Amino acid sequence: MIETRFRIRRPGFLLDVHETFPERGVTAIFGPSGCGKTTWLRAIAGLERAGGGLCRFGGRIWQDDTRFLPPHARPLAYVFQDAALFAHLDVRGNLEYARRRARAAPILSFERAVRLLRLEHLLDRDPAGLSGGEAQRVALARALLAAPALLLMDEPLSALDASARRAILSLLEELRRDLPIPIILVSHARDETARLADHLVLMEAGRVRASGPLLELWTRLDIAGSHGKAASSVIAARVSGHEKAWNLTRLAFSGGEILTAGTELPKGSRARLRIMARDVSITLRRQEQTSILNIFPATVTGMRAISTARMLVQLDLRGTLLLSAITRKSAAALRLERGREVFAQIKAVALL
Amino acid sequence: MSGADDISALWVSLRLAALTTLILLVLGAPLAWWLARGRFRGRILIEAVISLPLVLPPTVLGFYLLVALAPQGPLGRLMQALGLAPLAFTFSGLVIGSCLYSLPFVVQPLRDAFAAIGERPLEAAATLRAGPLDRFFTIILPLARPGILTAAVLGFAHTLGEFGVVLMIGGNIPGRTRVLSIAIYDHVEALDYGRAHLLSAGLLLFSFLVLLAVHALRPRIGRTGR
Repeated sequence: MIETRFRIRRPGFLLDVHETFPERGVTAIFGPSGCGKTTWLRAIAGLERAGGGLCRFGGRIWQDDTRFLPPHARPLAYVFQDAALFAHLDVRGNLEYARRRARAAPILSFERAVRLLRLEHLLDRDPAGLSGGEAQRVALARALLAAPALLLMDEPLSALDASARRAILSLLEELRRDLPIPIILVSHARDETARLADHLVLMEAGRVRASGPLLELWTRLDIAGSHGKAASSVIAARVSGHEKAWNLTRLAFSGGEILTAGTELPKGSRARLRIMARDVSITLRRQEQTSILNIFPATVTGMRAISTARMLVQLDLRGTLLLSAITRKSAAALRLERGREVFAQIKAVALL
Repeated sequence: MSGADDISALWVSLRLAALTTLILLVLGAPLAWWLARGRFRGRILIEAVISLPLVLPPTVLGFYLLVALAPQGPLGRLMQALGLAPLAFTFSGLVIGSCLYSLPFVVQPLRDAFAAIGERPLEAAATLRAGPLDRFFTIILPLARPGILTAAVLGFAHTLGEFGVVLMIGGNIPGRTRVLSIAIYDHVEALDYGRAHLLSAGLLLFSFLVLLAVHALRPRIGRTGR
């Protein structure tokens, strides 16, 4: 368990948090810019000194009223937004710097880190000549070679262009599955949070608004309601097969099988799907002769108006929560209420 | 005056400049670090005091040093009370004077170099288990190298060309406190322009070559391998 309690005053805001993070998987601290996410992460690393804070990792106290372990004595690694590579060392030098100072058994070998993050051809280059994506890959490898017990990442993708972002996202996802250590990720981007996080901490103006398992929290009406048009559901699924003739992929989840445009993912691999609430419509009877492929029986579990015209309906697809954004008029016409059995029609599915 | 005198004046000058530079680098580094990083009241005051030798006529500095170091002066009395010989008109006195006189030329480039590093590389190193001393040797020193080199060259060259302070507190004792610039002055006084030319041209050439070397090395200095 990772327990943190901080009260840090900075120009413009007051960070006032007391949270416990799971000691496995990815915890995302998610919130708008300037809400204090980075300050929190820095405080966990010991980079922000604040009196009266508490930081406990597993059985060890890193910080309390009387003790303060400096950053170099905390078994963590930190990936900065701007990579923060050492300009006087080449890529290999940067990696070696971390590896030589590692105090625990390596979590992966130098060669494996280089291969995993595709740094083979960059080893002799200077950081100044690297692209943003390359630099961030080096920073990630450097952090892992430090053999940390906890990996902290501060918006590691925000300085990258779209294609570098995608590439690093899939690398992170690979890492997330293989790494034996917990990760705390600070982010203000929905897609990377939805894709990577297991546990979600929602922040607002220096405080925690809500926290819990991502798949539950993401579709909570009060949380999703404030996302407006961006309200969406995240579904954990597993590739169950491909329909080669139609170039479609079948993904199994608790509510059944969902079809999406063909992917390269091998059968059995895990995937996360994101479904925008506006792409989900509701019918009382199962539609026949429709172009929509993905139709599932569902139970209405909650409703919430998100504007004077629209509302958000939360549906339970046999254990998986799905949000649908419809007009209030439609909701009235269908006489939707909690407990009502309906069919959810999903128009578009995005593989995260 | 013989050529041997000129050689010994050159030797005194070089020793003085080298020793002063070394002392200033060692003592100036923490001071510069403090000025670059510390957040404290009165910093402006300290910066102003350090910059004083830039604008003050060297004779003024030399005069006050002479007063302080003289056997009857406050420092001179302290030295005597401690059983030490007075420093006025000694090589040690010259070193103290030169250190004060060249202080801004060493501290300012160091301070700028330290400030230019920023917090980030140090934070990154700290999160990779590098302790303070480790960070100093593996991050700060290599990243500040161009600044340290500039500081050393400026401190050395400036001390080499010093005249006013030396004249006031060192006098003109051959082989001990007689430095190159004073030797040149003496030759000119004695209308021995030939010898003055020789020394002046030598000093000019030396200074030029040092600066040339610094500028030539500079672009390649940022990186040091691993």
